[in-house]
Amino acid sequence: MTNYALEVKDLVKTFALDGTTINAVDNVSFQVCSGEFVALVGPSGSGKTTMLSILAALLSPTSGQVLIDGQDLSKMNEKQRVRLRREKIGFTFQSNNLIPFLTAGENVEFMLRLNNKADKAGRLRSAELLSRLGLSNRLHSLPAQLSGGQQQRVAIARALIHNPAVVLADEPTASLDTERAYQVVETFANLIHENNRAGIMVTHDLRMTQYVDRVLQMQDGKLVRVYEDRDEIMELAMGTVMQH
Amino acid sequence: MNNFFLASYLALKEVFRYRGRFLLFSLVIALITLLVLFIAALGEGLANGNRQYLANLDAQLIVFLEKSDFVIPSSRLETNTVRTVRRVDGVASAGPIYTSNTEIVSLTEPLKVSLLGVEPGEPGMPEIIDGRNFRGGEARETVIDRNVALRSGIKVGDEIEIRSTQGTEDNFFKLKVVGLVDGQSYIFQPTIFVPPSTWEKIRPQSEAELNSDTPYPNIVAVKLADPSQADTVIERLTTNVPNTEVADIATTINNVPGYSAQQGTVQTQGFFTLLIGVLVIGGFFQIQILQKVPQIGVLKAIGSSNGVVGWAAVIQIIVVTTMGVAIGCLLTYLFSLALPPTIPFVFNGTRSLIAIGLLLFIGPLGGMVSIIYAVRIEPLKALRLG
Repeated sequence: MTNYALEVKDLVKTFALDGTTINAVDNVSFQVCSGEFVALVGPSGSGKTTMLSILAALLSPTSGQVLIDGQDLSKMNEKQRVRLRREKIGFTFQSNNLIPFLTAGENVEFMLRLNNKADKAGRLRSAELLSRLGLSNRLHSLPAQLSGGQQQRVAIARALIHNPAVVLADEPTASLDTERAYQVVETFANLIHENNRAGIMVTHDLRMTQYVDRVLQMQDGKLVRVYEDRDEIMELAMGTVMQH
Repeated sequence: MNNFFLASYLALKEVFRYRGRFLLFSLVIALITLLVLFIAALGEGLANGNRQYLANLDAQLIVFLEKSDFVIPSSRLETNTVRTVRRVDGVASAGPIYTSNTEIVSLTEPLKVSLLGVEPGEPGMPEIIDGRNFRGGEARETVIDRNVALRSGIKVGDEIEIRSTQGTEDNFFKLKVVGLVDGQSYIFQPTIFVPPSTWEKIRPQSEAELNSDTPYPNIVAVKLADPSQADTVIERLTTNVPNTEVADIATTINNVPGYSAQQGTVQTQGFFTLLIGVLVIGGFFQIQILQKVPQIGVLKAIGSSNGVVGWAAVIQIIVVTTMGVAIGCLLTYLFSLALPPTIPFVFNGTRSLIAIGLLLFIGPLGGMVSIIYAVRIEPLKALRLG
């Protein structure tokens, strides 16, 4: 029996809007193993962000199950969900990623502080990770002193520093130019593989899928296609940006 | 406990990194503190100026003329009232107090003073801190408040001249200063004390009063053998001393003309200043939290609990308020050094501490809405769904 880092079973999320029910996520199931990097793609309104919010234990599903490292989110109270987010999930966001009054080093270390692991070894690991991301000379810089790409790399370091089971990335390249976007996603993919974490990236930029192991395509809340073949994925990545 | 340390870490880092902004806001709180403490000290100074003599009396009860509503100038007792009061069981001693006003004219600048007639050694006569007490009878001797001495340069052994209007004439009387007493302001004026017979001779009088040599006391100060038996003695005095009513010192002070109205005004000013403080602090922190919604969303999304976010807001408010109040206290102290002695500005420990306590409390109170708002921010705000 395979041990999945993330398991989604028959997931449904409905919203009521002006008297009508909208299926934002409609009976979706998939699994992600440790060391696997998956892209969640689809046009606007396809349900990617809703899906990510449920995976991040920020939103409760209407029905279905989400298991992270074997733990069922539906059986958790709010306190347990906060703890799960802190210990088992790493997160990077599209914008407003970093705490603006903490330096790059402090932003990464904050994740260790949250997990009560901010000891000397933790701080050393944080410095090494930032160095690995090419930020060794920006440890003491505040986010406002960093470029968009540097900020995203700090956010990636923060998402990985506490060794979470699952790393979630919400449009990590949205505010970056193409060259920096490629660099960031490539680094992200390498770290996911090296650290044997499960990574899920929501993106509307299909070019970024060239660095992932699998692509889950959503439309109208449904999982309409899964790209697993390397050639298929490269074809998708070399095509045009998906229309919104 | 980890929540508290994390919250402290976040709160203090933010205050340090944005120290310019927080210092400016601390200065706003400092100005509010200056205003509150200034009003409190002014209120205390005004209250002191009005009540100091009465508050320092070595007595627990005051006997007034019936239906005088405990107003000293409205009360005028019979001469034998003191003797009757002294005979009442439970009364240790009693002294008549005669009140009037006069003006010391033997100075470069004439000085208005309260002229009080009291019997040496009886309740009503304050403790002598320098020199000796005056003799009884019609001795032309006086004991003066140290404030009079400080403001005029008069020393024990000097002779002063006072002017009193008696009938239609201005009469001048010379009095020898034989002693000093401390802190005896009465109705905003420093006080000089004389024997009752002297008081009757030298006080301002109407035409009709000129023919009488008998001094009538306004009130009688009563010292009790057992202060815990005040209620019982009040009953005995009311029964045994005809045409009188009895009040304790607090009631007497509250009925000093203008005292309650003045203190009410000062307290209202203080209350509204504190209210403005609550609104200003509340407004500042609310705006700050509104600016930080995405940041708080991220904090919660990555696993910070509501406790961390809430405590961070509380700690930040406490730190900024404490800084502001500390700066405000220092400013108030420096300000008080520059004030002329004629302004009644008195720091009373209790009153100032209450004001400082309230000022420290209004920070969290004002920031309450923003703290609740911060705790309720959904972590989804970190995502586009928020």
